[in-house]
Amino acid sequence: MSVFVKVAIFVVLVGSFDLLLGYTGMISFAHTMYFGIGAYGTGIALKSMGASWEAIAIGFLSAALLSFVIAVAVGLFSMRTKTIFFAMITLAVANAFAVLVNQFYTITGGHDGLIFQIPRILKPAFVIIPRDVFGVPINGTTLSYYGILLISGLLFLLMLRIVNSPFGRVLQAIRENELRAEALGFNVLGHRVVVSCIAAVLACVAGALNALWLRFVGPEVTLDLQVMLDVLLIVVIGGMGTLYGAVIGAGVFVLAETYLQSAIAYIAPMIQETPMLSVIIHPDRWVFWLGILFVVSVYYFPEGIVGRLRNRAIKRAATKKWMRW
Amino acid sequence: MTQPILQLENVHTYIEQYHILQGITFDVAENGFTVIVGRNGAGKTTTLRTIIGLWQAKSGTVKLRGQEIQGQATSEIARAGVAYVPENMGIFGDLSVRENMILAARRGKFDTDRLEWIFGLFPPIKKFWNLAAGNLSGGQKQMLAIARAIIEPSDLLLIDEPTKGIAPAIIEDMIDAFLELKRMQTTILLVEQNFSFAAALGDDVVVIDDGQVVHRGAMDTLSSNPDLQQQYLGLALNE
Repeated sequence: MSVFVKVAIFVVLVGSFDLLLGYTGMISFAHTMYFGIGAYGTGIALKSMGASWEAIAIGFLSAALLSFVIAVAVGLFSMRTKTIFFAMITLAVANAFAVLVNQFYTITGGHDGLIFQIPRILKPAFVIIPRDVFGVPINGTTLSYYGILLISGLLFLLMLRIVNSPFGRVLQAIRENELRAEALGFNVLGHRVVVSCIAAVLACVAGALNALWLRFVGPEVTLDLQVMLDVLLIVVIGGMGTLYGAVIGAGVFVLAETYLQSAIAYIAPMIQETPMLSVIIHPDRWVFWLGILFVVSVYYFPEGIVGRLRNRAIKRAATKKWMRW
Repeated sequence: MTQPILQLENVHTYIEQYHILQGITFDVAENGFTVIVGRNGAGKTTTLRTIIGLWQAKSGTVKLRGQEIQGQATSEIARAGVAYVPENMGIFGDLSVRENMILAARRGKFDTDRLEWIFGLFPPIKKFWNLAAGNLSGGQKQMLAIARAIIEPSDLLLIDEPTKGIAPAIIEDMIDAFLELKRMQTTILLVEQNFSFAAALGDDVVVIDDGQVVHRGAMDTLSSNPDLQQQYLGLALNE
């Protein structure tokens, strides 16, 4: 269950990041900050107000509002600059936010984070059906699980709707050439600010869902640079500018991260007599193999998995048209 | 006499420290076809880019229907009714031909009659409607760039060197398309190096050299006078 929930949450987080990077051509390192704001907003509200739906609503709405305000401010101040400066400014803002979270430890729990309770209906002790169905207990955890999958699915559909709308087409035009888009009469800065606000709020929802599932929020699972790098890696593996790439990339990444060590542990006894190999292929070195796997995938699929498939389909269609022409 | 739709008055434009336009002054008549010609590096493209706001004029005025537009953002000038086809075709290669076209349709949907008219002018647009525009040939990309600029009626159409790198057969098609646009009384300001092409279309001509207007007047006067061509352009049409 945890694996699928993690994939679902990453689909929203990575998909919303792809709205910026893949569809608009903006590199933001502040994306996990919004993820963190969503998680901390929900967590702090549940901790201070008690495990209630009101706490979730107030915590999430405050977090979403804060994300929106920061996204507007960062956008207006930095989007007139070149892409690299925008990336640097977002990195600085994200770092500053992480420092603030650690400084205000009385509210945020600092490095240790916060553990909090969630409404009873979402807990494993809340039994919905007293008997297992297909071997699965139907309780509050099952409800949380399907709830998160449903919300993530709906948000994914919303993102698909956005990129396939006239607004999405303008974003892609801006990504390709902002001056050309401007010469067609589009306000480039305005479009960029709007999409960064949408992405920020979506990342905030993903953060809130993550906090509700883990019943914990801490800097390492939300604000750490490693989380941002994971998001970047997933976008690259899946394919930039292809929302379906977020699904494939998140799936590949989370499955590799979760099961690679077990897979190596399964193979290791078969080669334990082989010198060198037994040292390299060892369960303790799973991170090394994870790195190799990603280097190979980026080398062979530079446009990402979905990007490669899409480009192949486009080329095939183009060849067919040309043959008929 | 036709009222000028665009007026440039003593326009100076710098690109970094380089003084490119050094007091450009000319008018574009409404419903007319004006061509800017001149040698490489004379400032023709900079003139168009200054009008659309991609470069800001340091001094001088640019008026559209009597309203000053210098200093305005490019998007505002475009919304005021100026369509622009840049030198490098300006299409969005990752988007389909249809998506490229609909970006320019202000209401987000096509006027069917106008679209059919464009299909008649540029048949490849219809043929490759759902294909990624990056897969089109150079000539087809140029057709798409022009088609996109005329999908909505505009007050003024700026076109930068449409024949650059285009096969002669396609240039002939393009002349037909521009003649049709002329017939529809579209106001066009065209930058062109190919003088035969310019002479076949233009009503008025502006010759720019070293960032200054060195000649302006009726195209017939210049195209029928080899001495003038030699003097301003270093070539003669009938040579």
